[in-house]
Amino acid sequence: MAVQQQIDQVGAVPLGKPKLGKRARREELEFYLFISLWVIGFLAFDAGPIVASLLISFTNWTALSPPEFVAMANYQRMIGDPLFYTALRNSIYFGVGSVGLGLIVSFLLALLLNQNVFGMSVFRTIFYLPSVVSGIAVAILWIMILHQDFGLINSVLSWFGIQGPGWLVQPAWAMPALILMSLWGAGGSMVIYLAGLQSVPQHLYEAAAIDGAGTWQKFWTVTIPMMSPVIFYNLIVGFIASIQGFVLVLIMTNGGPANATLVYGLYLYRLAFQFFQMGYASALAWVLLMVIMLITATQFYFARYWVYYEGDLRK
Amino acid sequence: MKAGTPDRPATIIVPQRPPLLGMRARSVLQTVVVYGLLIAGSAVFLLPFMWMVSTSLKQSQDVFTYPPSFFPNSFEWRNYISGWTILPFNTFLMNSLIVTFANVIGNLISCSLVAFGFARLRARGRDILFLALLATLMIPREVTIVPRFLLFSQLGLVNTLWPLILPAWFGYAFFIFLLRQFFMSIPHDLDDAARIDGASTLQILVQVIMPLSGPALATVAIFAFIGNWSNLLDPLIYLRSTELYTLALGLNLFRGQNFTQFNLLMAVSIITLIPVLVVFFLSQKLFVRGVTLTGMGGR
Repeated sequence: MAVQQQIDQVGAVPLGKPKLGKRARREELEFYLFISLWVIGFLAFDAGPIVASLLISFTNWTALSPPEFVAMANYQRMIGDPLFYTALRNSIYFGVGSVGLGLIVSFLLALLLNQNVFGMSVFRTIFYLPSVVSGIAVAILWIMILHQDFGLINSVLSWFGIQGPGWLVQPAWAMPALILMSLWGAGGSMVIYLAGLQSVPQHLYEAAAIDGAGTWQKFWTVTIPMMSPVIFYNLIVGFIASIQGFVLVLIMTNGGPANATLVYGLYLYRLAFQFFQMGYASALAWVLLMVIMLITATQFYFARYWVYYEGDLRK
Repeated sequence: MKAGTPDRPATIIVPQRPPLLGMRARSVLQTVVVYGLLIAGSAVFLLPFMWMVSTSLKQSQDVFTYPPSFFPNSFEWRNYISGWTILPFNTFLMNSLIVTFANVIGNLISCSLVAFGFARLRARGRDILFLALLATLMIPREVTIVPRFLLFSQLGLVNTLWPLILPAWFGYAFFIFLLRQFFMSIPHDLDDAARIDGASTLQILVQVIMPLSGPALATVAIFAFIGNWSNLLDPLIYLRSTELYTLALGLNLFRGQNFTQFNLLMAVSIITLIPVLVVFFLSQKLFVRGVTLTGMGGR
């Protein structure tokens, strides 16, 4: 309801008059004509598939033979499927690791860039650049960087007398390696934090200074509360995105070694497009949808305790 | 933070006395620390790129030396040509160009129309539909890939470029949202003036709103370009014949076949990244503004 009201306020004229004039009816018709492409796309590529995948999840379907209704069998199979739990755990591991560390790295970079230094835009470009390039070229680059014997990271470590691990070949190190790689793209959220930092009103810092606050206190009592909506938003979007990103994993480790990087999306992809188990894959997809909705709802719930919105009067 | 006052007890109020370091010295120190961190951070972020270029120029036997050398012994520019010609990369490039530009144009047209509807036209059900539009941003791609694949296979479009192109012509929530926000910031007076002059609604969009929305449209074009250029998942799912492969998929094939030739792999990888880098450097301001406007990375 509250969201609805907000949107009504944004819109020019309140709607909902029972009888519309000729001109208003024409405008309404035009509205639906203008958005018709999206409505078709929504039905064909979003809403339709979501409903379809729910229906498919109750069947056994290899896409070659006609689907066979199996009721809850796919969901029962999931309960006893150790790989399902492995995949779920790996995805959460990657999501928490990459989003958590990514938050710290990108926030620190944004704080550094916000120091009013000369050449800020050059540094911003440098930090942002890796997040622009993505896909297979980056995967190949990082396979090389993480190579046990000839890789960049282990050769830098060897300067300090440290023998680096076989990043992508040892089960314990494979996921940390992927998380490390994801940090290279921290510039994307850094830009968002930087914009947030620059919009924190200066007078708040001045007021804090008059009250005798030091740099550290200003950070915790002004910067963090003012930035909390941005942080919150980035956490949600970042976590959902991290759960979905399996293409790089597919190329770099294909889920190995010993399923240590078998993330949820990769398991689903494998079931659907390598084993052609469309029914079971759809059941996994629906569980993922539920899990993501649950996580988002939980994050919203806990956000009440630490996210501060200006102009938000708490009762 | 408190470099100048190492052992001051925290609870005792010190009478006003000059700090150990003067204000000016302190601010110089701070600047030095900030620059030191920025330069060190930049080195870390740039190192993978330099490593990439260096590897691409090495001779095959120099790639796997221990300890690895950072600089190539000789500059083998031929790697770029030999890598590119091992597989039909010209065909892959052509396919990538077709897919990418069809996506950019499709997104620009469809998203402008839809965004204009949501930004300017009043209708019952509009706000509910807009919420539905925003909700599609939250749907994980995994949930829809299986039914989408089945849909395209029912239409007989698997192993064609169509599954990679068609969705863009039906709008994309992220771009629609971005354009709608921009369109809403354009004063309504302009629409009214055009309408008095007898312009139709479509004319208002094409002749009034769109010419004023250059930056937003450019942002959409850039995001669509970069997103599609490096897209691997859809080509992987839908394309079977090598002659339909996009650059990303071709590079993946190349990797599978020539796994140990890292110098050639790096050379071709760099070639595939060049368009993205060029677009990024030409449009950096728009890019950053687009990211901050919507709070999304645009991927």
